[in-house]
Amino acid sequence: MNEFFFGTYPYIALAVLAVGSIARYERDPFTWKSSSSQLLRRRQLIVGSVLFHLGVLVIFFGHLFGLLIPLRIYEAIGITPEVKTVMAASAGGVAGIIAIVGALMLAHRRLVDPRVRATSSFWDTAILLLLIAQLALGLISVPVSLASIDEGEVVKFMAWAFGIFTLDPKAASYLEHVPLIFKLHIFLGLTIFLIFPFTRLVHMLSAPVRFLWRPGWQIVRTRRKKGARQTS
Amino acid sequence: MSQLLDRLNFFQPRELDRFADGHGRTTNENRDWEDTYRNRWRHDKVVRSTHGVNCTGSCSWKIYVKSGIVTWETQQTDYPRTRPDLPDHEPRGCARGASYSWYLYSANRVKTPLVRGRLLKAWRRMRATMSPVAAWKALQEDPVLRESYVKTRGKGGFVRAGWDEVTEIIAAANAYTVKTWGPDRVFGFSPIPAMSMVSYAAGSRYLSLLGGVCMSFYDWYCDLPPSSPMTWGEQTDVPESADWYNAGFLLLWGSNVPQTRTPDAHFYTEARYRGTKSAVISPDYSEAAKFADIWLNPKQGTDSALALAMGHVILREFHLDRQVPYFEDYTRKYSDFPMLVKLEERDGRLIPGRFLRADDLSGKLGEKNNAQWKTVAWDSASNGLVAPNGSIGYRWGEGGEWNLEERARGRDTELKISFILEEDHDDVVGVDFPYFGGQATGNFVKCDHPDVLTKNVPVKKIRVGRREILVATVFDLLCANYGLDRGLGGDWVASDYGQDIPFTPAWAEKITGVSAERIATVAREFALNAEKTEGRSMVILGAGLNHWYHMDMNYRGIINMLVMCGCVGKSGGGWSHYVGQEKLRPQTGWQPLAFALDWNRPPRHMNSTSAWYAHTDQWRYEQVSAGEILSPTAPEGDWDASLIDYNIRAERMGWLPSAPQLKTNPLEVAKAAKKAGKDIPEYVAEQLKSGELEMSCEDPDAPENWPRNLFVWRSNLLGSSGKGHEYFLKHLLGTDHGVMGKDLGEEGGQMPKEAKWHDEAPRGKLDLLVTIDFRMSTTAVYSDIVLPTASWYEKDDLNTSDMHPFIHPLQAAVDPAYESRSDWEIFKAIARKFSEVAPEILGVETDIVQLPLLHDTPMEVAQDTVRDWKKGECELIPGKTAPNYIAVERDYPNLYKKFTSVGPLLDKLGNGGKGINWNTEAEVEHLRALNGAVRDEGLAQGRPKLETAIDAAEMILMLAPETNGEVAVKAWKELEKATGREHAHLAAVKEDEKIRFRDIAAQPRKIISSPTWSGIESEKVCYNAGYTNVHELIPWRTLTGRQQLYQDHLWMRAFGEGFCTWRPPVDLKTIEGKVSESGPHVVLNFITPHQKWGIHSTYSDNLLMLTLNRGGPVVWLSEDDAKTAGIVDNDWVEVYNSNGALTARAVVSQRMKPGTLYMYHAQEKIVNTPGSEKTGLRGGIHNSVTRATLKPTHMIGGYAQQSYGFNYYGTVGSNRDEFVILRKMNKVDWLDQPAKTEA
Repeated sequence: MNEFFFGTYPYIALAVLAVGSIARYERDPFTWKSSSSQLLRRRQLIVGSVLFHLGVLVIFFGHLFGLLIPLRIYEAIGITPEVKTVMAASAGGVAGIIAIVGALMLAHRRLVDPRVRATSSFWDTAILLLLIAQLALGLISVPVSLASIDEGEVVKFMAWAFGIFTLDPKAASYLEHVPLIFKLHIFLGLTIFLIFPFTRLVHMLSAPVRFLWRPGWQIVRTRRKKGARQTS
Repeated sequence: MSQLLDRLNFFQPRELDRFADGHGRTTNENRDWEDTYRNRWRHDKVVRSTHGVNCTGSCSWKIYVKSGIVTWETQQTDYPRTRPDLPDHEPRGCARGASYSWYLYSANRVKTPLVRGRLLKAWRRMRATMSPVAAWKALQEDPVLRESYVKTRGKGGFVRAGWDEVTEIIAAANAYTVKTWGPDRVFGFSPIPAMSMVSYAAGSRYLSLLGGVCMSFYDWYCDLPPSSPMTWGEQTDVPESADWYNAGFLLLWGSNVPQTRTPDAHFYTEARYRGTKSAVISPDYSEAAKFADIWLNPKQGTDSALALAMGHVILREFHLDRQVPYFEDYTRKYSDFPMLVKLEERDGRLIPGRFLRADDLSGKLGEKNNAQWKTVAWDSASNGLVAPNGSIGYRWGEGGEWNLEERARGRDTELKISFILEEDHDDVVGVDFPYFGGQATGNFVKCDHPDVLTKNVPVKKIRVGRREILVATVFDLLCANYGLDRGLGGDWVASDYGQDIPFTPAWAEKITGVSAERIATVAREFALNAEKTEGRSMVILGAGLNHWYHMDMNYRGIINMLVMCGCVGKSGGGWSHYVGQEKLRPQTGWQPLAFALDWNRPPRHMNSTSAWYAHTDQWRYEQVSAGEILSPTAPEGDWDASLIDYNIRAERMGWLPSAPQLKTNPLEVAKAAKKAGKDIPEYVAEQLKSGELEMSCEDPDAPENWPRNLFVWRSNLLGSSGKGHEYFLKHLLGTDHGVMGKDLGEEGGQMPKEAKWHDEAPRGKLDLLVTIDFRMSTTAVYSDIVLPTASWYEKDDLNTSDMHPFIHPLQAAVDPAYESRSDWEIFKAIARKFSEVAPEILGVETDIVQLPLLHDTPMEVAQDTVRDWKKGECELIPGKTAPNYIAVERDYPNLYKKFTSVGPLLDKLGNGGKGINWNTEAEVEHLRALNGAVRDEGLAQGRPKLETAIDAAEMILMLAPETNGEVAVKAWKELEKATGREHAHLAAVKEDEKIRFRDIAAQPRKIISSPTWSGIESEKVCYNAGYTNVHELIPWRTLTGRQQLYQDHLWMRAFGEGFCTWRPPVDLKTIEGKVSESGPHVVLNFITPHQKWGIHSTYSDNLLMLTLNRGGPVVWLSEDDAKTAGIVDNDWVEVYNSNGALTARAVVSQRMKPGTLYMYHAQEKIVNTPGSEKTGLRGGIHNSVTRATLKPTHMIGGYAQQSYGFNYYGTVGSNRDEFVILRKMNKVDWLDQPAKTEA
């Protein structure tokens, strides 16, 4: 059981994420978008969206660095796992609250506004509810990890995450004894990876961040080579 | 190759170059995405077509086709240029047209022939053992079977059928009806030929060969302004929109140009840039109001009061206190101002009577021909009476003096407009004028002036034998009518605008709510501009004014202003009535095709208003009596009758047409006449007198007189134009209806004298209702058979408008989709089937067509006095004191052959229109060369072919002076014979021009000047109505030959409308004592203007248009009224009166004037419409709360310009005087549960 959820399932999720995203990008490039509903109702969207994205970005990068930077590096700069736990819990807690407040506003808008609701696809609503559930699980896990700060759970998670990416066959075993709340949080996280290509989350991969530093105001694209144009 | 891999090019330099100091960069980013957009707009071909919708826009469009599918449309921009200093016509188009391609492949499209399930089942059962006509006969003669499908009309239950089967049902029904009841029981309704002439002609040609009835539309739609034929003898003729640009002062009066004349509105904007001043008169803050320098917002329906006050100011300041030479000169030459009116005595008082005629004088001024039709004026040159050239007496029976030269009997004249000078008048007498302002309905203002106003008028005394006649000029009477003090003393005339005397500005302020000062300002500026520019003041007016019961008053008030200021017939000036007339420019070329005049004449035409009034039994509910609208100064007479009685009298005297015509099948009457060995007119006259024959109009409810078959094509009769919608459903169709009132029999009231009353009103008069449409309209939903027609991008046809001078085509960009066919092909198929089926019971038959006394024929001078043969006041002389009865041969087995070839009557009798006729043999010959000759043996062998719609279009183009220069020159030369003046120069430069269908497919073509119209096509002026009257001295086709502001027919005087006056809206009595509301509500005047998101009902179910508005029926009301009724914006509301109920959402807007409810007309009940709580039926449409009410003065006939013409004169279906109860709906029921009755 444990082996499947934390040893096999991560690979399934990551594989679907990668293959699915590529397939969608290739086959349906015009569905690759954030599907903003701002035109239908602006109110509630702006505040909700900014809060949500702010919180979620902090959490995303927190998890990325927290889980994948090797412990040695933390130790080298003098951060003990305990300190790291407190840092993660406090920063994550604050960001999580910001994100969940934003997400609830968005969910309320999506479900209550008749026009937004009518134009929402199943996955538009589902992914929002899943993210709220995941944020809730994450927030519940904060006091748990603070309570069990001495047991070095944080180290287990790092080992597991590292294990997954280094193809460590024992990876799942690191999570054998962590409290259930963490297991649920990780499982749901993997599930979000799994469904990622089928939702509007794909806009993460195409966020036009480069516009922030793209120089020049007038961009001229070169003429294409002869014969390169598609005709269908 | 791959979206992803192609972008994985991190090793290639992203940036190739920099420029503009580093602000610009050249990159080699992937550009494949661009192909998507390139392909989106890539197409295989572009075809020119247009939207054959009832819109005066007539915009040419590019239709894009890709892989055999119409993908989108854009505006054409290749109209021929105008001339230097004048903006071009393009761009033309609007959002509605741009959304049309949506329809082609939408769910609303009728895809296959559909038949009411129960009808088809019964038919198939009968047909299994019987021949087609016998099967239909069996079906009709079984009351249970007939009722089984009649009662389910409008309740779904359509099944598909094949073309062969449906055309057989229709042909059998038609043949049975012709044989059993008479050909005039087959009706066809289709409007506005100009929008797709060939499609109209297809159906009307079939009906005309059959002997069926073509029903009018322009009068029924109430877009016909009867004031126009009254004043000008012309149905409607108006300036093209480009001429707005030439105006110095533009008065928009009840017309919302940007909203309803969208493609033309640019000329309005451009005129404003040029510096044209503009006033907008509109009760609501309309889209046009923002163009205005000054916006006047009178109470709706009070326009005539406003116009009268403006006329008062113009007369005072430009004709009396100061005489503008241009105005005096113009009115002397071109109006009836100098004509003399006899003052008649009634109860010892004087009232304006008939025009003085040459006939009234001893010696008749030497006139031998039509002396009773030659009006008389005072000539200062000879200091005596003359009968000036140009009056209608000169038009018939002689030639050369029917013109507007200032001459009489070959001598120059100088006519006197007024006898105001001491030396000119013999006396000053008090003359009675009626005043109707003392009563008013609903929330309209009542005044406390008496109902007869006696005013002083200068008169001349004329001795005839031993009698002395008092005469006054029209101008002097007009000034008295307008209440102007001229120093003659007496009451009811004002010297000051502030006096409360009809019709001063202060008086008008009370009624209209517009301040006297603003009224005077606008009138003064209007006239001052006309003075300075010699007539370049223009009024653009429309449905807002014309849909009232007393629309003539609104219009005549305005026309008077234009005539007083010499604006009519002047470039940049005149009367621009743009409502639904969509000018059929090649009219005289089209008529032979449309009414099969090449095979038999005359066709059967009917005025729809009177027909529907009778056949939908609206007359049984009539609440308005003639007594209520009669003038207190009416001459002695039997005026106390119902409105239907007036209509019956009019039909009897040959004034109005009838359909059906005789209670007995005319085929049988003809047989009987033959048997009796008598001439048909003689026989019919005898039988009518003896009472053996009855006219159908006298008993509309008798089964012999019901319309039995009805074709509706290019029309949405039940969803759009059908005033009294619920009465149509109840009596004509016989299905569920929302009529809440009771008829006169149940309720009591003035019963008709002439119309036979049946206690039980019939329900379900129609045996068969066939609708031909491309979309499932409300009419289609109620039909028995729905035939799928080609859309406007799938057929070949012609299109013209009054708004621009071009003719251009509809073309088949793609073949008709699904199983649809073009109207031409549909009627051809029905005709073919008919010829197969009919011989079972019909052979070559003689039909008798009843023809009213027509305008522009010698019959228009038939009745200078009103005499009813039935009352023994005169002999019954067909074509003189009664309608004419004309034998017409019907070769039923050969109907198809006639349909598809050009018949021989054109060679024999020629072609023509509006009183002139020319030889057209050469054109028939050309047509034979162009279309080819019929090869099949039979009666059509060797005749020019009419196989395809393009053949038919070529026939129109070949025969019409507007599209064939040679014909134009011929036509002008014919007119020269009557006028004695040279006119052919107007077309001579285009004599060699012949416009063919392929020419207009390449580019719209400007038409050629023709005597059919009163304007010219030239490089120097825009088309403007009345231009040839003023510049070529061609008389107006009126009694006086001039613009006639005084109407002297007995009935006009009886109803107090000799002169224009103020008549408040009539009380239709549809609320009090009939329906009541206990909850919060408000009673409002119900107005139905044209909408923004549709052209009538078309586009109102188009998704793109629905998306642009609230997506379903709405009504507009003011914030105050909303508060009273407890309604907030977007509430579902119910609107009702005794006529029926409708449901809609409320739009609460500051735009609206309190007291008014707007419902944009023709929002159908097929989209987003819930059930009514009152009727339990779905919604209702705007016409669910209306009912047509006839006006006797519109029935006048046989009297010069007041003679019948198809779509030209006759009763009109007004609907604006209606009041309704508005309340919030308690429960919105979508009626989406299954029906409880058995299937």
